[in-house]
Amino acid sequence: MKFTAAALKEKILKGSLGFTLISMVFGFSLGAIVLLVAGFNPIQAYWEILKGIFSKPKYMSYVIIYATPLIITGLSVAFALRTGLFNIGAEGQYIMGAMTAAAAGYFFKLPMVLHVVVAVALAVMIAALWGGIAGYLKARFGVNEVISTIMLNWTALYLSNFAITIDAFGRSGTGKTYTIQDTAFIDILGHWKRTPEGIEFLRNHPMLWDILKSPVNLGFIFAILLAVMVWYILNKTTLGYELRAVGHNPFAAEAGGINVKRSMVVSMFIAGGLAGAAGAFQVLGVSHRIAKLAVMEGYGFDGIAVSLIGNNTGPGCLLSGLLFGALKYGGSKIQDAMNAPTEVINIMIGTIIIFVAMPKLIRLILTYKSRRGVK
Amino acid sequence: MEALVNDLGFIIGTTLMYSTPLIFTATGSVITERSGIINIGLEGMMYFGAFVGAAVAYFTQDPWIGFLCAGLAGAFLALFHAIATVTFSAEQIVSGIAINFLGPGLALFLSRLFFDGATQTLTIPNKMPLPLNFLFGDGKLFASTGFMDLVFNQFATVYLSIALVFVAWFFLYKTRLGMRLMAVGEHPEAADSLGISVYRIRYGAVMTSGFLAGLGGAAMSIAVVSRFSNTLISGHGFIALAAMIFGKWRPQGALLACLIFGGAKGLEIYLGAKGFPVPSSILATLPYVLTIIILVGWVGRSRPPAAIGKIFDKGEA
Repeated sequence: MKFTAAALKEKILKGSLGFTLISMVFGFSLGAIVLLVAGFNPIQAYWEILKGIFSKPKYMSYVIIYATPLIITGLSVAFALRTGLFNIGAEGQYIMGAMTAAAAGYFFKLPMVLHVVVAVALAVMIAALWGGIAGYLKARFGVNEVISTIMLNWTALYLSNFAITIDAFGRSGTGKTYTIQDTAFIDILGHWKRTPEGIEFLRNHPMLWDILKSPVNLGFIFAILLAVMVWYILNKTTLGYELRAVGHNPFAAEAGGINVKRSMVVSMFIAGGLAGAAGAFQVLGVSHRIAKLAVMEGYGFDGIAVSLIGNNTGPGCLLSGLLFGALKYGGSKIQDAMNAPTEVINIMIGTIIIFVAMPKLIRLILTYKSRRGVK
Repeated sequence: MEALVNDLGFIIGTTLMYSTPLIFTATGSVITERSGIINIGLEGMMYFGAFVGAAVAYFTQDPWIGFLCAGLAGAFLALFHAIATVTFSAEQIVSGIAINFLGPGLALFLSRLFFDGATQTLTIPNKMPLPLNFLFGDGKLFASTGFMDLVFNQFATVYLSIALVFVAWFFLYKTRLGMRLMAVGEHPEAADSLGISVYRIRYGAVMTSGFLAGLGGAAMSIAVVSRFSNTLISGHGFIALAAMIFGKWRPQGALLACLIFGGAKGLEIYLGAKGFPVPSSILATLPYVLTIIILVGWVGRSRPPAAIGKIFDKGEA
């Protein structure tokens, strides 16, 4: 393999990774310009963000904790998108998953590992059905999935809020549900770190102690496994081939003997299950309960961004989810450090996405020099 | 009997008030979709418009200047959507999603700068006026309480939004430009061959939708309430999008759909205030479930513009 500058340029010009990286340069540059115009030193701001991500083990573990649900909702959006379906509904599927996991985690009395398995399986199932509704409506009645998933998001939000008002489930007056049983926790060393021996041990191991100050949990490991699973299903199985064929050209797929309608339902079913898993891991590993939602939390919407920046692939979502988590967590630091609005992160992410959407423009910019040479 | 009539008036009044932001935004959405460009960034444009409207109304003390600037703010964001989708053939939904990050990002960024680090503006000194207020009161045509007051003594934005639907209807079906716009949405290549500038019409349509979404946001922040906050626009843009499709890509249909959504909200508030035994969260799901049910029975007879979402590249045509 040759690594000449020309070969590299060729790769970047052709490959979507290159487009993504260039879009990110644009995003970060625009973020810097916005900060500069607003009277902040962009170099200092980026330094604060980097420090806020990397300077302590605790920060890095928070980045991972922030990234985990976003990676998985990103996978959900990516999976549907590869079948040509826009899953705006990851948000609602996430809510359904979180609600189911919170209920199963609280009401069931089961031994340790089994409890987690049951809670996650139920959450995935319910959320998959929730996603499957949109797939079915599209396949059977031709209802645009963008619209139906938006409606299902709000329905899920209000259903979840309703569940919290049920006395057996919600702690009355607090707007929160009861904490799930210990057996359903997926925290890493969650109990041990509060026992006298644990505290004693951690005193002598400051780095580990620092990491364990954050709600470290198994969610990230599951996220990696799910990313691999999505990659495997899409690229190595007949099902994945069929789903991608439908996404590529439904008419050709139909002519080739693929059941397009079934593919739509299956794709949304799996996408829903993924988003539901994100909600379940968040409840079992971080929040341990659900709370009344005044507005959407945005895990699903952020997942759309994660998927798009990650070029709608499993590994891509893993990387872009981590980037998103890092920006979200690190970006919150500039507020306190220099009183600069943390929302500049959203401006950057929006800019990255809009450039990702315009490969034509990037190609134009990149080939500008050579075209001028020809003339 | 009178109480019943007044209750009805209350529901109709709140319906109109809550429908208004949706009507502005959905009407704009009809215009852009009819030209063949999907605008899923309505939410971000409303959000930004709501902030700019309230902020300008706060500093100038004039709601009308705020309202106008809100429209311009929405159009400003729409310009990026137009550049991306029309000039650079971007995937329209992706670009719209980008706008949904940019709009709230810009709004909150500026809010923190101008309002001392807060994610909401201060209360504006002057809300949108009630233009028919002079008809109501002691010794006037109508009493200052009761059915007529509840239904007809509305903010100026309410009347404007209804008028806008008529204007949009007239524009689309009765003017040459409107017909051309719909031709571009159905078959851009054919329109192009007849000498219609597809690019120019689409730029105009997308920016009009941004302007109207901005107005919709302001109709929320300077009329329904009197300040912008970070939770004020929570999904209204998406609902407006749904209303446009629900209304079969027609202004008058979108109006009806917006009134249904607003009506559900009005009913929810009314029943909530009356201590109705059904939990408010369950009532709140009604409009969304209803929309799905109606879409299932409805779409067979509704059809989006033929060229919706498709890239038109003159060089390749």
